[in-house]
Amino acid sequence: MAKAPAPEELAAQFGPHLNYTPAGGWQGESSRVPETLVKTHCCFCGQQCGIQLKVRDNRVVGFEPWEDFPFNRGMLCPKGVKRYLQGNHPDRLLDPLLRTDSGFRKATWDEALDFTARRLRELQTRYGRDSVAVYGGASLTTEKAYLMGKFARIALGTRHIDYNGRLCMVSAGVAYKSVLGVDRAPNPWADIVCAEVLLVIGANIGECAPITTDYIWRARDKGAKLIVADPRFTPIARNADLYLPVRPGTDLALLMGMLHVIVRDGLTDREFIAAHTTGFEKTAESVEPWNPRRAAEVCGVPPEAIERAAHWVAESCRTMILHARGLEHQSKGVENCEAAVALALVTGNIGREGAGPVMITGQGNGQGGREHGQKCDQLPGQRSLTDPAARAHVAGVWGIEPDDLPGPGYTAVEIMNAIHSGEIKGLLCTCFNPLVSLPEASFTREALERLEFFGVIDFFLSETAAHADVVLAGSLQEEEEGVTASTEARVIHIRKAVDPPGNARRDSEIVCDLAGRLGKAKYFPYREPREIFEELRLASRGGLADYYGITYEKIDAQKGVFWPCPTLDHPGTPRLFEDGRFFHSDGKAHLMSLAWRDSGDPVDADFPVYLTTGRVVSQYLSGTQTRRIGALVDQYPEPKVEIHPKLAGSLGIQSGDWVTVTSRRNSITMQCMVVRTIRPDTVFIPYHWPGGRSANRLTHRTLDPRSKIPEFKVSACRIAKAAAPGGRAYAPGGGS
Amino acid sequence: MFGMEFYVDPSRCIGCQSCLKACEECDTHRGQSMINFDFVDRGETIATAAYVCWHCDNPTCAQVCPADAIKKYEDGIVGSSLKPRCIGCSNCVLACPFGIPKLIPENEQMMKCDMCYDRTSVGKRPMCATVCPSQALAYVTPETIAATRREKPVNTFWFGNQKITTKVFMMAPADAAEIAIDVADYTWEGEHEVVPQAF
Repeated sequence: MAKAPAPEELAAQFGPHLNYTPAGGWQGESSRVPETLVKTHCCFCGQQCGIQLKVRDNRVVGFEPWEDFPFNRGMLCPKGVKRYLQGNHPDRLLDPLLRTDSGFRKATWDEALDFTARRLRELQTRYGRDSVAVYGGASLTTEKAYLMGKFARIALGTRHIDYNGRLCMVSAGVAYKSVLGVDRAPNPWADIVCAEVLLVIGANIGECAPITTDYIWRARDKGAKLIVADPRFTPIARNADLYLPVRPGTDLALLMGMLHVIVRDGLTDREFIAAHTTGFEKTAESVEPWNPRRAAEVCGVPPEAIERAAHWVAESCRTMILHARGLEHQSKGVENCEAAVALALVTGNIGREGAGPVMITGQGNGQGGREHGQKCDQLPGQRSLTDPAARAHVAGVWGIEPDDLPGPGYTAVEIMNAIHSGEIKGLLCTCFNPLVSLPEASFTREALERLEFFGVIDFFLSETAAHADVVLAGSLQEEEEGVTASTEARVIHIRKAVDPPGNARRDSEIVCDLAGRLGKAKYFPYREPREIFEELRLASRGGLADYYGITYEKIDAQKGVFWPCPTLDHPGTPRLFEDGRFFHSDGKAHLMSLAWRDSGDPVDADFPVYLTTGRVVSQYLSGTQTRRIGALVDQYPEPKVEIHPKLAGSLGIQSGDWVTVTSRRNSITMQCMVVRTIRPDTVFIPYHWPGGRSANRLTHRTLDPRSKIPEFKVSACRIAKAAAPGGRAYAPGGGS
Repeated sequence: MFGMEFYVDPSRCIGCQSCLKACEECDTHRGQSMINFDFVDRGETIATAAYVCWHCDNPTCAQVCPADAIKKYEDGIVGSSLKPRCIGCSNCVLACPFGIPKLIPENEQMMKCDMCYDRTSVGKRPMCATVCPSQALAYVTPETIAATRREKPVNTFWFGNQKITTKVFMMAPADAAEIAIDVADYTWEGEHEVVPQAF
């Protein structure tokens, strides 16, 4: 709807306030023996660490490590340790809210849901079915993600549903689908420990996938060589045997240089290539011009280091390549990932223990949340929305005609573009804070202000939700049962620990109720998430992500089930391609021709410095949850720009100075940290904050043409020393 | 826990501070973290170090305590000061060669890592070593350490002429190697300055 109320009006009521202490205080109820210890998983990143939540009196009051869960064996990062403090939080939404002239007022559920249904219907009647869109999120359980897809396509009949995973995994997803025929990391994490060579490229594992550090260190303990490619000397780079300081946005040049060396020096696995792949000649031809010297000129890594990395990767039959957002958040993110997979394929490093390309999922249910119908072009089971057989199968499970299923819609950023242009008038959003997480935040703000109706389901009032006409008070992860799929494609059980507080409701209950008010109750009869899961099993049956053989009980008994799991007596599939068969119809992996493209926001004389963005270990995504937890905020309270001393020296900047970073879109001013742990031509800003501290005010909306992921990792900027904001003292914390 | 020892390996530390946060959850000092954590020199390196009390065989803190408030238990764990005895004089804070004890003004008492006495005495691992994602802090058997790590455990430290032996082990490099820590040392600009992406 219109502009958000003034932030100061909202802050007193909705925060973010900092919660430091468990319910009842440190010495109070939380210190007593818990009534129950609920074995579940962390609500944050894709590692999905096992954790036990301490519950007393329907409140989560603490945690206990879950040492028997095999993935993390009790280990947790600081976010996992403090995640329980999002419960019993003063900012928690306890009632539905309706927008008033100055802010929000409490409403009854009937009032809020009737209003939401009425407005959605009015817009669709007036402007057509596709005038409303749905945003979902990859922190939702798989049941909720499935439900959002079904809700959009049946209750609303719109083709526009997409999710915040569009900002996360999609480049890898497209690449793995196109090359290997399936969108999943092929290896379980236990394989990492068995590798002899680990190439970590574009993945700040120590901060963004902390538990994976232990797997890498254990491999090193056994003598594995570690290669780290990153513009920053990340925490794990400290122990790298070979560090490749790749220039932002040039990973493809590095990977093509390595492929060039492998082909040139006859290091390919010819037998494997001939038996199990197609298209090798296309790849070889495309990397031919990319000799190490040319690759070095583009990516800023010495030619000798490229040669050495290529030889290490190719000369071992136990090489794993681990990559994350660094490769994916580029306008050539798909090519980057295809090149990484090609490195594994041409050296025969796939389908075996300790050998394979692995994408590291970023969001909690990044894997499960993208394979059951929340993506704009997919149906449950990783089925294509344009495949007639897939449409018929899912329509059959849902009890509708295949022709009643809408076609593919816009991706997440394209939906925001269409809102900005006026094509989309209404939005229902859950588990997504686009005002902080989408690129070019001022554009997102303008778009949100143009919506004729905006409804949000959430448990805190995020910066985005402040623009809503109605906010439906939803549930935390620990307030509703379900499953997620971790970064290993291990389907795990999220147990309900407590009921939603106050008048807040379970998310699935809200969505089903709304569907009923839209006249589609008979398609949404679920009383419990388990009933959604039972239907999801059928809907995914026979698809790539086949969950038919998975039950909650089997997950508990096996401590997770890796999909595909096609029958009830099937144990699941921890490692793919062991028989050398890939998931394309010809059974082969399809190698691709690789082509260089420049970034969508190239550096030039006016904007001579690369800007790259990312995460810090104590914050998570747009910070809706973690900016409300005191201990995590204290660890890194404000975003800071990391600058190399060479660049800082040339601009007369010292550590702790305030600097203005200007891109072609906007400027922000913050303090800097002068550190030798970043390329001299690059600056880094973490993106977890809103408003004037938002790195996404600077980023640009160029998308990868296939995955439609924004190019967060490469922008052009300039830096200038700035005056400290009026009287504000230097705030310690976060190093420097 | 029987047969387990505590090992600290700063070379594994990723600076996540999970130990620091988890320590607050410990039942003997709720809300108060007893972990010592430092960025070594953030401007020069990403290196960080997290460590617990070393639990000296002959604890300096106890030696200098005028109130006899610091006790070493039979299992070698050196506890926080005994509240009824501690006079908050800070002798221990100043004398400890590792800089471990902390005077907690609101408690009027010196507190330090007690190796999660509430946990280890009932067969659980200390909170910090349980959660540590890099196992820079590890609570395992000596056999496990010997079988899995390249580094070697050391528990003899020299501070000038003072020799300290400890219950907790530091993992020291098997072969010390010099490493460059400036990204600029690894970058390549060609024979001439290359304009980025201009080719």
